[in-house]
Amino acid sequence: MKLPNFRGVLKQKFRNWAFRRTVETGTVQLNQRRIYILPTRQFFGFAFVLILMLLGDINYNLSLGYVLTFLLATTGGLSMLYAFRNMAQLEIHAGYVEPVFAGEQARFLFHFNNPGALPRHQIHLHDDEGHQTAFDLPAQTSTPVELALPATKRGWLDSGRLTLYTRFPLGLFNAWSYIHFDVRALVYPKPAAPQALPIAAAPDGSGKTTIRGDEDFAGLRNYVPGDAMPRIAWKALAREQGLQVKEFSAQQGQQLWLDWSQLPDIAQERKLELLTRWVLDADAQGLHYGLKLPDGEVMPQQGTAHRAECLRRLALFGMPAS
Amino acid sequence: MKLSAQLTYGLIACILLVSAPHADHLPLWVSTECGALLLWRAYLARSGKALPPRWLLLGITVLSVMAIAITFRSLFGREVGVTLLILLSTLKLLELKAVRDATIVVYLSCFIIITNFFYSQSIPTALFMLATLLVILATWVHLQTGGLAFKPRLRIGGMLLLQAIPLSLILFVLFPRVQGPLWGLPQDAYASSGLSDTMSPGSMSKLSLNDAVAFRVNFDSDAPSRDRMYWRGPVLWDFDGTTWTRGRNATTRTGLLEDAGMSLAYTVTLEPHNKRWLFALDMPDKLSIPHRLMPDFQLLSDKPVNARIRYHADSFLSYRANPDEPPQQLQRALALPRGLNPQAQQLAEDWRTQHPRDDAAIVREVLRHFNQGGFEYTLEPPLLGMNGIDEFLFQSKQGFCEHYAGSFVYLLRAAGVPARVVTGYQGGEYNALGDYYILRQADAHAWAEVWLGERGWIRYDPTAAIAPARIESGLSAAVSNPAALPFMARNPPPWLRNLRFNFDALANQWNQWVLGYNTETQFAFLTRLGMEDISWQKMALNMLAGIFILVGVFTLLLLRRLVVRQTDPVQAVWLKLCRKLAKAGLPRMAHEGPQDYAARIAAAYPEIAADMHDLAARYVALRYSSATAQDGLPAFKQAVRSFKL
Repeated sequence: MKLPNFRGVLKQKFRNWAFRRTVETGTVQLNQRRIYILPTRQFFGFAFVLILMLLGDINYNLSLGYVLTFLLATTGGLSMLYAFRNMAQLEIHAGYVEPVFAGEQARFLFHFNNPGALPRHQIHLHDDEGHQTAFDLPAQTSTPVELALPATKRGWLDSGRLTLYTRFPLGLFNAWSYIHFDVRALVYPKPAAPQALPIAAAPDGSGKTTIRGDEDFAGLRNYVPGDAMPRIAWKALAREQGLQVKEFSAQQGQQLWLDWSQLPDIAQERKLELLTRWVLDADAQGLHYGLKLPDGEVMPQQGTAHRAECLRRLALFGMPAS
Repeated sequence: MKLSAQLTYGLIACILLVSAPHADHLPLWVSTECGALLLWRAYLARSGKALPPRWLLLGITVLSVMAIAITFRSLFGREVGVTLLILLSTLKLLELKAVRDATIVVYLSCFIIITNFFYSQSIPTALFMLATLLVILATWVHLQTGGLAFKPRLRIGGMLLLQAIPLSLILFVLFPRVQGPLWGLPQDAYASSGLSDTMSPGSMSKLSLNDAVAFRVNFDSDAPSRDRMYWRGPVLWDFDGTTWTRGRNATTRTGLLEDAGMSLAYTVTLEPHNKRWLFALDMPDKLSIPHRLMPDFQLLSDKPVNARIRYHADSFLSYRANPDEPPQQLQRALALPRGLNPQAQQLAEDWRTQHPRDDAAIVREVLRHFNQGGFEYTLEPPLLGMNGIDEFLFQSKQGFCEHYAGSFVYLLRAAGVPARVVTGYQGGEYNALGDYYILRQADAHAWAEVWLGERGWIRYDPTAAIAPARIESGLSAAVSNPAALPFMARNPPPWLRNLRFNFDALANQWNQWVLGYNTETQFAFLTRLGMEDISWQKMALNMLAGIFILVGVFTLLLLRRLVVRQTDPVQAVWLKLCRKLAKAGLPRMAHEGPQDYAARIAAAYPEIAADMHDLAARYVALRYSSATAQDGLPAFKQAVRSFKL
């Protein structure tokens, strides 16, 4: 075992023991029970300078030097209060996290509200791995703060416990608080490299080599939530006919099954990645497609909601339900 | 993180402000080099060009340090330390890479401020310090806030500073003062100006150009007339032909005053001059601080006066001083270097033959000689050679007080009359505002004392024989070309004089209460405040208590505006109703508007349905319809109050 790692584990253990680690829901308000303050390394440098100055004052009997030393010392002390004030009474709640593909950045969203009349400066949000973001918060405003965390594996990505800290105004004190919301990002498998859709699986067996679901324009119908964006008839919208969607006759009766059991003998994760790729391609081509997995199937459908459902099944395949 | 140009300008301003007061006592080339480096740095920040490479900086640093070592012939001592500190901080600006470097520059500039107090601790210096601190704090805040504009940063810095002032006042008053120094100080630790214990031609006239305050005096009762205000300093006995020195007293017996008249009490606030002597009116009797009274009535402090001190003193204006002076001391008062000044010797011997037994008559002869011999009182006497007394008495006939006092004593000694030179200050400028006298270095003076047997040592001021105005109204009245004098020694218009007196009165208070605040004053002040049995533990406790109280007050004040209360009165009444209902187990859901909420409750409890609908309708009308004025509010309030479940 490497020593730094060992230290990291110890540090983690201490933190878990010393600080609250419950996962929270709803809106969290930072109060004095959750804000911790400790001097920073700069503080000790500053204290050293002050002690030198005080020795000089005593030795050379510099009255004005005493004034300066005390002014600086009390300013430093007050900065602790300022640091606390910069964090206190902030209200935070977690926002919705868009699903991402493995290998991308999951953008965790937190809504910060400053109910007070004081602007807040330079608040940093970071996770234990050191991914961080910083923001200011003017008086009586709310602002969404995005923390991008790398999504490496499919499945649920927990934001983990995040640290919120500020060193405002002088960097002498570090005021921090931990927040751990029950917010997680859905991470889809990473799509495999582009590969032709499994056309042979078409149930009509006609042997056609291409299926172009968007060849024959059949007419317009009213938009329902979940319809793919490329299918919206923007021109109709421009003519003020409302939000309408183009329908194509070629789709009728042509169904594509993306079947786990038909896949070549490759690793499970590769299979999932391949299926993810196909789901994306089939959706892009506007096909009716279904998904067959060892633990169930999704009936052929089309549209954004359907795509999301397929991807979700792929993302959570083989994961313990939680 | 790359440091922004804005931040760099701030840091340059910090270093510039803290080193500017040093500009006039740093070597010229250092000031020039620092100025050039700052300009260069500002140019680099403006143009966005890369900082100079490491080897170049190292080269400049090494060369500069070597040049300082050559200029000062040392790398130790206060002056060198300050110079090095300023130079290296300026160079540090040229290798700003990270926030860490910027923090170091900020700390360094705080430290450099304090070095300025070696030279000046006046009120303007204090005000300048506050301004400098403000800029430093604003820059410091910049380090932590990045993009914040200049004005809000300045405001944060200003608020911090303002809030720190009362707290540091408590610290200043109650922080247990330790009497320094903690370790041996280098010789250049204190400014030293003013009288020295030697006198040679030019030493007094040089001082007459110095406007600095030597000491201030408060008389307990009426002040004596100006021509009796002789502030006694070093007494000079030994003469080597050009220079008068104190020599060694041949007796250890303290001087004795006989037939002393009424004593005069007063308080002296003496500026530090880094020498041991204290000043008191001729002749001093008692002093409130530890001191030694020498056989020649010179007052010496136990250690060099390197801080401003205050003492009470009593003096006699009429006396017979040491009429029984021991012969070995009188011998010293007659000694002269051999073979010099033959003409003066001859003149003195002539007078002696005229008045074989009458010493007082010889004194009168000398004074008459000065008065009628065509002598001139001037700040710029010609230089004198080996036989300085002869040249002065018979050729140039132009001199300042040291010439007259010196040759007066010389002539008397040559005639066999014991005499000695006394230096000190003469006169004083009255400040009616503070009711005290100011004595400046320009008031430095030299006179003589002659021992006349039974009558003891008697003061004679030969300057008064040539320029009586010098004694009666000051230097400017006595010299022919006042433009050469320092500003305040001339005769400025009355309003200017008054303004100056105002400032000096203020400065006097400042000196006594702020700069002079040491172990003893602290003790006295706290006793006056009613603290008993003062010990440092008690002071520390009081200090901590005071700080805690103030910090508590500050905490309350600072955390006040963190949550702004809802101030809409209509909403407040509605929320009150909601609370009532919630207490009864019918809380409003987060998604429910007033009408939905009322409808739900009305459905569940038909007996209050009408009330509920009515209240919700009123609330909606009051809050959302602009047509309705606030007239309905009292009724709505009343309705909510009387609403019962």
